[in-house]
Amino acid sequence: MAVLDLVWLIPAFPLLGFLLLLVGGRKLGEPRAGWLATLLMAGSFVATLAVFGGLVSKHAEQRQFSQVLFTWLPVGRFSVDIGFLVDPLSITMCLFITGVGTLIHLYSIGYMHGDEKFSKFFLYLNLFAFSMLMLVLGDNMLVTFLGWEGVGMCSYFLISFWHASDANASAGKKAFVTNRIGDWGFMVAMFLSFSAFGTIKYTELFDSINKNGIATTTATAIAVLLFVGACGKSAQFPLYLWLPDAMAGPTPVSALIHAATMVTSGVYLMTRTNPILAEASAWVPTLIAWVGVGTALFAATIAIAQNDIKKVLAYSTVSQLGYMFLAVGSGAYVAAIFHMVTHAFFKALLFLGSGSVIHGMHDDQDMRHYGNLRKFMPITAVTFIVGWLAIAGVPPFSGFFSKDEILAAAMDKSPALWAVGLLTALLTAFYMSRQVFLTFFGRYRYADARPDEIDAAWNAKVSALRKVADEAKGVVTKATDALTAARSTLEAAVGDDRGPSEQAVAEAERWSAEKGLEAADAQKAASALAMRVHQQPRAGLSLLAPPDVAEVDAELTHDIARRREFHPHEAGWLMWVPLAVLAIASFFGGALNLPFWHRTKFLESWLDPVLAHPHELSFGGAKLVALGAVAVIAGLAGIAIAAAVYLRGKADPAQIELPILAHGWRYDSSVAAFMGGPGRQIFEGAALADRVGVDGAVNGVATLVRETSGLLRRLQNGLVRTYAAGIALGAGLLVAYFFVMAKAG
Amino acid sequence: MQATIVFAVAAVLIVGGAVGVIFSRNPVHAALFLVQTLFGVAITFIDLDANFLAAVQVIVYAGAIVILFLFVIMLLGVDKAEDLDVEPIAGQRPIAVVAAAGTLALLLSVILSVGLDFTGGASSTGALNEVRRSTPFGSTAEPATDIRVLGTHLFTDYVFAFEITAILLTIAVVGAVLLARRPSGPLEPLPEGDPLEVAP
Amino acid sequence: MLADVHPTTEWYLVLSAVVFCLGAFGLLVRRNPLVMFMCVELMLNAVNVTFVALGKELNDVGGQLAVFFVLVVAAAEVVVGLAIIVTIIRRRPGSDADDVSVLKG
Repeated sequence: MAVLDLVWLIPAFPLLGFLLLLVGGRKLGEPRAGWLATLLMAGSFVATLAVFGGLVSKHAEQRQFSQVLFTWLPVGRFSVDIGFLVDPLSITMCLFITGVGTLIHLYSIGYMHGDEKFSKFFLYLNLFAFSMLMLVLGDNMLVTFLGWEGVGMCSYFLISFWHASDANASAGKKAFVTNRIGDWGFMVAMFLSFSAFGTIKYTELFDSINKNGIATTTATAIAVLLFVGACGKSAQFPLYLWLPDAMAGPTPVSALIHAATMVTSGVYLMTRTNPILAEASAWVPTLIAWVGVGTALFAATIAIAQNDIKKVLAYSTVSQLGYMFLAVGSGAYVAAIFHMVTHAFFKALLFLGSGSVIHGMHDDQDMRHYGNLRKFMPITAVTFIVGWLAIAGVPPFSGFFSKDEILAAAMDKSPALWAVGLLTALLTAFYMSRQVFLTFFGRYRYADARPDEIDAAWNAKVSALRKVADEAKGVVTKATDALTAARSTLEAAVGDDRGPSEQAVAEAERWSAEKGLEAADAQKAASALAMRVHQQPRAGLSLLAPPDVAEVDAELTHDIARRREFHPHEAGWLMWVPLAVLAIASFFGGALNLPFWHRTKFLESWLDPVLAHPHELSFGGAKLVALGAVAVIAGLAGIAIAAAVYLRGKADPAQIELPILAHGWRYDSSVAAFMGGPGRQIFEGAALADRVGVDGAVNGVATLVRETSGLLRRLQNGLVRTYAAGIALGAGLLVAYFFVMAKAG
Repeated sequence: MQATIVFAVAAVLIVGGAVGVIFSRNPVHAALFLVQTLFGVAITFIDLDANFLAAVQVIVYAGAIVILFLFVIMLLGVDKAEDLDVEPIAGQRPIAVVAAAGTLALLLSVILSVGLDFTGGASSTGALNEVRRSTPFGSTAEPATDIRVLGTHLFTDYVFAFEITAILLTIAVVGAVLLARRPSGPLEPLPEGDPLEVAP
Repeated sequence: MLADVHPTTEWYLVLSAVVFCLGAFGLLVRRNPLVMFMCVELMLNAVNVTFVALGKELNDVGGQLAVFFVLVVAAAEVVVGLAIIVTIIRRRPGSDADDVSVLKG
């Protein structure tokens, strides 16, 4: 018991870090601010471990403990405590939030080296960790919501961390605004729960459901609204828009917020409130499952065509979150949490690895410019490959087990879900392999001339040729004019020396005609070249051999010379140590819940007390093995296709990376177009109503008050004795009033 | 009989002084009349067994406050007589008469007609003639002087109010110093108010 | 006949009411700010008499304690008030309460 009382320490450490950095961050400077933040995060991790130990040592039924720090809002019968609910679910979340968080903090010390806002970055990171821990530890919806908003705010700060650039600032705003829609759902769900149960405390809520039951419609409404909230935070269709843009932030932020922690809070919320979901109409879980699997497929198709290394991972995150929702919708909460944990490991690993690559490549994020980087950054490459195999679902890496569990649950719910999930698994293996092959294998392409550079070079060549031709033509025209003039003078002239002149002019005419032909040839050649440039296919990915630029080498810009001198470098130990740790976790993460024997399903038995209805597969044995085998085959097929395309060059990547995929099915731009067009009209209408109706009323009241007070102003004559007279009369009237009242009553 | 005489003398002193304050044209005289009133009040305090307050009344009011008034009068040289026959503000005198007389009439009727119900006696705070038992000054309810009773209550039940008055006095002193300090630069002229139409 | 008469609490209350109203009247009629202040002191003293008289009647020490606090507040008020008067008269010698009407609305 005593150990469990330490739970308040878990969020207290990052909060302390936040406060310390707030006060003295600038003074601490680099790298001490980072070390302080990392140390406190590690302290939080140790505290979590202690609480975890305390929880393990108890019986399964007793693994629930709540600690109330103080009453936050006492309002009549309703009161909200700042309290923590410690149970297997929240502690599982805390474990990987603080664990992965500590590694990311450590990594950031290396990554943010030399940034002028170094200490501020860690301040935000610590505040973020604090909010996230409040979110998962809160024993009622409002505390969870507090953390929910806190992580949203920190995400906003961190996405637009380099806010000097407009794009980063608006990416932050986009994340914030999109999340508002989800928050609306959460808030209304909270209000509904309060009106239905009179409490928003989880334990009381679930007790009440157990004892008194709940109307199906109420449960349905709450569940759907909670799902809307979860969609916003966990970037599900249609609210996923903000996450790809959120890659504008520093890479450790992408790893911490947009892979490991914040985006999982939606899944956490759904799992936390699973007793409500269990009472809702049957179509709600089905909806969740379909939205999840749809998002998974949708995002996976987009990920195929992205060239930005972080964008691929962003869409991959959206897709993997879709898997988790598929699990939630299928009732397999354990599988969702399992995948959440393994995903936290390998996605953080992949993000940090991509950060390491970006760092080593001097902030170039375009995968087309990489190639064969395993020669230059072996540690990053090895760890990244572990992450890749994990997410691609290759046994025995962790992703295989968690994804397989979800797919089995999906099969149980509907074979269609399973099929879409399987297709997504294939696509996942494909795009991740594409990323790995483009980045770490193949030919080193950084020094290659890039398509736009080649285009520019060709264009430069054509215009140079054109210029020469134009000049020649000009010269010829001038010469011809001069000759015509000379000839007419000559014909007018009469004399003996006409002969030699005649000869000279004829000579000159011959020369001029020759030159004219040459000029015409040059012009023709220029046109021909222009035509050729116009018709020649635009240079694509030069996977196997460098693009042939011998013809235009001289025209290439100086950038390329600089790039030929450049050598990628491996990151420092601060950055690769977290990578190594995460790689080990990604490898062994599957051991958390091995499906072979009921005793090895640690996570399942651990989470069992949290779940209202434990999920049981209706099949087992051979079918399960067969499903697993199919999933493995799909994954391997994806890898094989990618290898054929990107390593062997068997097919043109352009046939796969369709522009519509690269533009994310134009969903983003359609939303933008709608909001800019018809949507804007609606908002203008609302603004007009606000101006005329609301403002009019307010201004009307103000005018009324002003006019009235203008009249009353005359009473204020500034003479103190008049005021005294007023007081005296008033006092007299009061005495009279009391006298009369006393007489009457 | 004696008490009645004492009361009568005190009342005459008080009312006479008050009338004097109101109607003396010279502020110095008014101040002196005020002293007379204050002495009268001190007498009534003694009459009402508030010996300590009577002493304080004489020392603080008559001694300090009135001296302060006189000081300011002398310092500023405003001891010129005020012309009480003119009243610049139209209607001020009638209002004053109505307000004062009306209030007095009402108060008197309250006091004399409603009747005072004094049954039930005191004691939210404590009786006048005994010290509360819980205080360290006496173990039993022995009869005490009013100083002891006052002190006991002032520093137990009313200690918070007491501290606040201390702060109030400090603020007042600081404010007075700040207000009366001669600013270093030249004085800005006060903005002129509308000239009053002085009735002839 | 006079021997039977003892001053009762009502007598003191009547006395204090008279003084209070005299003070109020003076405050309204006089223009010299110093004299106005004296009138305020009159009113405060009238209230003090009430407090003490009722305190005695009710056998409650609170009455006298209230006088104590009134005394302190009166002192504070006189200090600040006189300081204000000093600054006003220093700038505009010979002015009275009616001359200062800058706060006219």
